[in-house]
Amino acid sequence: MENRYELNKQLAQMLKGGVIMDVTTPEQAKIAENAGACAVMALERIPADIRAAGGVSRMSDPKMIQGIQDAVSIPVMAKCRIGHFVEAQVLEAINIDYIDESEVLTPADDVYHIDKRDFKAPFVCGAKDLGEALRRIHEGASMIRTKGEPGTGDIVQAVRHMRTINREISNITAMRDDELFEEAKRLQVPYDLVRYIYENKKLPVVNFAAGGVATPADAALMMQLGAEGVFVGSGIFKSKNPQKRADAIVKAVANFNNAKMIAELSADLGDAMIGINEQEIQLLMAERVI
Amino acid sequence: MKIGILAVQGAFLEQEAVLNQLQIPWKEIRCEKDLQDHFDGLILPGGESTVQGKLLKELHLFHPLLAMIQNDLPVLATCAGMILLSEKIDGQDSPYFKTIPMDVKRNAYGRQLGSFHTIQEYQTIGPVPMTFIRAPYVQNVDNRVSILATVGKHIVAVRYRNQTALSFHPELDKDLRVHQAFLDLCS
Repeated sequence: MENRYELNKQLAQMLKGGVIMDVTTPEQAKIAENAGACAVMALERIPADIRAAGGVSRMSDPKMIQGIQDAVSIPVMAKCRIGHFVEAQVLEAINIDYIDESEVLTPADDVYHIDKRDFKAPFVCGAKDLGEALRRIHEGASMIRTKGEPGTGDIVQAVRHMRTINREISNITAMRDDELFEEAKRLQVPYDLVRYIYENKKLPVVNFAAGGVATPADAALMMQLGAEGVFVGSGIFKSKNPQKRADAIVKAVANFNNAKMIAELSADLGDAMIGINEQEIQLLMAERVI
Repeated sequence: MKIGILAVQGAFLEQEAVLNQLQIPWKEIRCEKDLQDHFDGLILPGGESTVQGKLLKELHLFHPLLAMIQNDLPVLATCAGMILLSEKIDGQDSPYFKTIPMDVKRNAYGRQLGSFHTIQEYQTIGPVPMTFIRAPYVQNVDNRVSILATVGKHIVAVRYRNQTALSFHPELDKDLRVHQAFLDLCS
């Protein structure tokens, strides 16, 4: 277990500074790979369409995922429902590179997340705050992403979640040694993980931004706030010119401090996804099982 | 001495951490103007070769770096970096720098479930911990290329002129000797 978990954390390290794109077909996967995606997330419907269609949203058809695995050479991720360990077993059985136990799909369990330590395949999970992130890590997640609010094109929640996690990390590093026990109790996480944050000033796994990224500037904003890479879901294939936008977001992440370059990348991209504001949405996916 | 580290995507912070431990100054290379300063060696980090190869070209880093490598700038290339240097890439029509006469296979051990850790003999150094993450291996080399390490039947480390290319990630393990050997070339 220990060695496999290390290898899984290390794959996430290789993805850093990159953009992971949601794709629904082999053709979209090729576009994403050619635009410079460092991995793709294979799913039947992108979050904006899941939101629009309503109903129960489940793991994608394994055949559709395999079609995408055959189409590209970069890592392929796929989503299972929160707590649905059989969907996760299926994804592991088709040799997936990363499983996203995701709030974008309808949760299968309203109490328990998957015991991810049981698996060889790596897991990425969403988090709104440090407690959530550390609980997922304790369950065996080898990568964390902000939850953001998927399918909205509104960056406000991803920003809030990233700032919250960073602030809580800073608070811990400023504590006295003897205050860590109480902090572990407050966060509802094991003491050892709080101790790790205290000593290393960072999460023990890679942390990406996700949920609401629609423009090169959004992606660079998340990077400047401390994200180690970016997931883009609906933002690309819901926009006017997916190829060009995907390309621009990749370059913006590689040069997130270079405003002059981001200005050039932001020009003539065509319409971004229209999106919906946080206040207008009925369903807050980020509130699903914490 | 100063080392340039390609920092367009991938595990470049891990390389920086190793150089910090060895107290060697480094500089990130993200865009053309980063090439203005002199550096004595170049690290091509792990990550996705398709992403790095594309960004190298589009951020106008490719030709200047190629010229430097051809002029025998010492290079340490891990994983994706090895692919960037290879003259041929199995199943891919357009390789990148083509500065090592060899033929590599990408994702040669399969997907993530094929990733592994081992300890194997590395020429002139001895047993070295090796972490392979969706790693490539070398299928064939020209006889001018020195083979530094093999795992099973496959070549996983080579040296050609001043270029060292590795399938594995020494930056992920605590053993600093592979980096030290590269730095000896740079000084």
